[in-house]
Amino acid sequence: MTNVTKLTAAELSELLTDRSVSSVEVTRAHLDHIAAIDTDVHAFLHVARDAALATAARIDARRAAGDELGPLAGIPIAIKDVLATLDMPSTAGSKILEGWIPPYDATVVKRVRDAGLIPLGKTNMDEFAMGSSTEFSAYGPTHNPWDFDRIPGGSGGGSAAAVSSFQAPLALGSDTGGSIRQPAAVTGSVGVKPTYGGVSRYGSIALASSLDQVGPVTRTVLDAALLHDVIGGHDPLDSTSLTDSWPSMAAAARAGLADGALKGVRVGVIKELNGDGFQAGVSQRFTETLALLSAAGAEIVEVSAPNFEYAIAAYYLILPAEASSNLARFDSVRFGIRVNPDEGPLTSERVMAATRDAGFGPEVKRRIILGTYALSAGYYDAYYGSAQKVRTLIQRDFEAAFTKVDVLVSPSAPTTAFKFGEKMSDPMAMYLNDVTTIPANLAGVPGMSLPMGLAPEDGLPVGLQIMAPAKQDARLYQVGAAIEAMLEASWGHTLLSQAPELAPNDMFTSTEGAV
Amino acid sequence: MKKAELMDYDKALELFEPVLGFEVHVELNTKTKMFCGCANEFGQGANTNTCPTCLGLPGGLPQVNAQAIESSIRLGLALGCEIAEYSRFARKNYFYPDTAKNFQTSQYDEPIAFNGQLTIELESGRLVTVDIERAHMEDDAGKLTHVGGATGRIQGADYSLVDYNRGGVPLVEIVTQMIEGGEADSPEIGRTYVAAIREIVKALGVSNARMEEGNVRCDANVSLRPRGSNILGTRTETKNVNSLRSVEKAVRYEIQRQAALLQAGGTITQETRHWHEDTGITSAGRPKSDADDYRYFPEPDLVPVAPSREWVEELRATLPEPPAARRKRLQADWGFADLEFQDVVNSDLMDAVEATIAAGASAQAARKWWTGEVARLANVAGVSADSLVQPDQVAALIELVVAGTLTDRLARQVLEGVINGEGTPLEVVEFRGLAVVSDDGALIVAIDEALAAQPDVLAKIRDGKVQAAGAVIGAVMKAMRGQADAARVRELVLERAGSADGSAE
Amino acid sequence: MSEITAEQVAHLANLARIDLSAEEIDRLTTELGQIVDSVAKVAEVATPDVPATSHPMPLTNVFRADVVVPSLTVEQALSGAPDRDGDKFRVPAILDEE
Ligand SMILES: [Mg+2]
Ligand SMILES: [Zn+2]
Repeated sequence: MTNVTKLTAAELSELLTDRSVSSVEVTRAHLDHIAAIDTDVHAFLHVARDAALATAARIDARRAAGDELGPLAGIPIAIKDVLATLDMPSTAGSKILEGWIPPYDATVVKRVRDAGLIPLGKTNMDEFAMGSSTEFSAYGPTHNPWDFDRIPGGSGGGSAAAVSSFQAPLALGSDTGGSIRQPAAVTGSVGVKPTYGGVSRYGSIALASSLDQVGPVTRTVLDAALLHDVIGGHDPLDSTSLTDSWPSMAAAARAGLADGALKGVRVGVIKELNGDGFQAGVSQRFTETLALLSAAGAEIVEVSAPNFEYAIAAYYLILPAEASSNLARFDSVRFGIRVNPDEGPLTSERVMAATRDAGFGPEVKRRIILGTYALSAGYYDAYYGSAQKVRTLIQRDFEAAFTKVDVLVSPSAPTTAFKFGEKMSDPMAMYLNDVTTIPANLAGVPGMSLPMGLAPEDGLPVGLQIMAPAKQDARLYQVGAAIEAMLEASWGHTLLSQAPELAPNDMFTSTEGAV
Repeated sequence: MKKAELMDYDKALELFEPVLGFEVHVELNTKTKMFCGCANEFGQGANTNTCPTCLGLPGGLPQVNAQAIESSIRLGLALGCEIAEYSRFARKNYFYPDTAKNFQTSQYDEPIAFNGQLTIELESGRLVTVDIERAHMEDDAGKLTHVGGATGRIQGADYSLVDYNRGGVPLVEIVTQMIEGGEADSPEIGRTYVAAIREIVKALGVSNARMEEGNVRCDANVSLRPRGSNILGTRTETKNVNSLRSVEKAVRYEIQRQAALLQAGGTITQETRHWHEDTGITSAGRPKSDADDYRYFPEPDLVPVAPSREWVEELRATLPEPPAARRKRLQADWGFADLEFQDVVNSDLMDAVEATIAAGASAQAARKWWTGEVARLANVAGVSADSLVQPDQVAALIELVVAGTLTDRLARQVLEGVINGEGTPLEVVEFRGLAVVSDDGALIVAIDEALAAQPDVLAKIRDGKVQAAGAVIGAVMKAMRGQADAARVRELVLERAGSADGSAE
Repeated sequence: MSEITAEQVAHLANLARIDLSAEEIDRLTTELGQIVDSVAKVAEVATPDVPATSHPMPLTNVFRADVVVPSLTVEQALSGAPDRDGDKFRVPAILDEE
């Protein structure tokens, strides 16, 4: 029998539908694989083995009873720990939420359950999604399946590592400044940040409300589209949720797989997101991809986005400002840990301060202090107010560019996966890593990362970022699927098939299921 | 809490000019909270009306209550405000255990309503126009209970308990401009202003307006300016003064306290102060400090509110007559003397009297019954008069009196029956057999019996001593168990005495 | 170079209710200074004629009907509480009065 963990969700869907495999078999295979390798990868913070198998059995029973099931019913999924889940702890990678089990499901989680997917567990992340390496998780870093000494990207390193190491075919992520796309890039997987408002944020533990967006993390563009169709659409519980009716993303992805799908597509190359500061192998693969696109009939147009230069500065004002307020609720009153001060009287104020000191890690404190500063009396206009104006300018850059082209492309990240500790001591160096992904969050437009090869110098995955105008997520899937097919045809294989085979860890033989 | 040194009120006003400002919080009576679908109900079990949003759980998000927006706009319009074409919610960031998100979702520089004015009339007839700076929407905090310590107060408590049922209830905060020139009337201006707000929100139906339940809460700002100076004094903000009488007292207290302190060479600290209902004093709370840097910014989880001008005009058309104008009109219509009308207004019986008159009663009778017997019974029962009996019942009662079916004394008994739930006044009359006996035949039988029993009285009447008839009338009324019209009995007694010889024997 | 001082960081930590140690304050003073220097460049292009964007998608008037939906049960509401007393959340004595 084939190793079902190597199959895509689309492939699994067919096998499940014609009942060549059962959901229990598929789910068990993934759980076993998690048990075998995740002590080394550390993609998961929690694995819900029993619940997953029970859910899978229910789906199998419904299928046997002839129930009408969605295309992803019975397929396992990993859920980023930033999402509230009724039956699993939801910590957002923070000590302050250790063991917290929410009394409700995030809307996307509910939709995933309603569609019959099988939640396997919760994936690791930088604390409160602040970071680009997962090194800021309070529960230890996730390792890049391509090289355990390297970061899997962040904040959603757990979800990206889970899918790229075949522990789950699908995962949910959240992207505030690249937290879906950059991990996808450095792990050789696919990640999509939908249009702001395209997917509900209700139940997603907020980092920066005006930037956050939940999206799919997968191994193929079609799988991402299938998952997007499940989680997307209007949610009245999120006031910023768009009421638009959306076309099927899966249908768009399939359209992209047709011959000649790239013919006449106007592809804009953003001048400001290439060249200086980009790793040689990243630039090389990007240039090669553009050449292939051109050969496939796409029209390559260079466009300028002059205000992108200010994007990181604006982002590192808006995000900390919103985060400083969003994270105020972690106060040891209604949920989460409570820590008493070492000495002195136990007052509410002092217990809150001690809890927040002990419960938040260094990056979270750094950003809360920065955000508090940016909003404080006398500084608002110069910092937060100005940053919001930059946001307008960046939106205008996108608008201008999209009058000339259908999609914009850039490398997803300036480098391949860096080594642990490389950027930990220099916050600005870490922040600069998000230069490519941040503009889409500031403007609200959708962005996708998909693999475009391995950098010759280190043999690590390089990601291509595609961006489309707001609400044109379907275009992203159509063009993305076409480029994916084009690249795989040129390589003769998928990128992830080149990833090292991971050996079962020691834990596997002794305590099955433990991670 | 020690009572501060106070200066004689008149002396304080000789030396200083009081400057006032009020922030009145009105709890809206929507079915649900401001930003979530939890019930907006008073008096439920602790933490029963909560959800991820109003508990501030990670991942909770707000959704604006349409009815709260509508009520806020109507209130803004009733206060003569302009309604913003574009208004936004903002986060007011501060840590406090009753504030689930540790920020209040409020409005900052873009309130829904602004630039209003409200003219109030003092008891002297003096009219004072209070300029309204703004009326903005926000959510209420949860409720804290302080446990341990001597007083149940926050000071000295061992710990506190939080119930978030009230957390997220919609509020409109109405902020006045500085009120100058109030002079000796300042305390009364405070009371009358809050009473006027209360009257308006009740007339609009946007709040239950029960001050005892905290539906209307007043923060009173008071500062003193030395006579002849044009520099404003430092103000204090007395928080949560929750009855009309207390607003008046608190303002007066602060004037006297600040005057004494200033006169003794002291300085006023800019601070919040607490009002103590029991002792009638204010005490120092938290001084204003750097910690008041609320770091307002536009609420990113909510989109702007941009009410169309058409909608605003539609809502304007639903406004009731302004309460002050209505009072003027009704007093004129009813022809009440000032004192009579004040009596009705102060007893909160304007609606009841109006409805009773509409049901056919005369204005004076309606007033007399409501402010008299109904109010007395309500007072005994410890409830409000208008909750005791319906206006149409009172009108029906009055009608029976006017028709002569009931005397006032009988009518009072019937009223008790109605309140007891024995039915309509007519049903009570029948059930209790209380109607006036208007059948002359029955009265004549009784009169003749009484005259026969008191021959000496009969003799006196015949001698022209008419006042002697009283004894006979009394006996007849007693025989009729009060159910006779005494005037008619008197007429008949005199008539029968004149012709009693012969026919009586 | 920005003028972030340790006192300022301590004040910010107080506003943000985080009990930072002296070392943390020192380190953050340096880091915050560097970050603020580099983000201050937003002022270069944020001219008065540019409107601010607070929300990426320009929605207005998103309202919910005033209809009650079921709340959490009391047990659910209190399930994560670090401390409780009956059906209420319990917190240490409050000194800083609002
Ligand atoms: Mg307020
Ligand atoms: Zn609620």
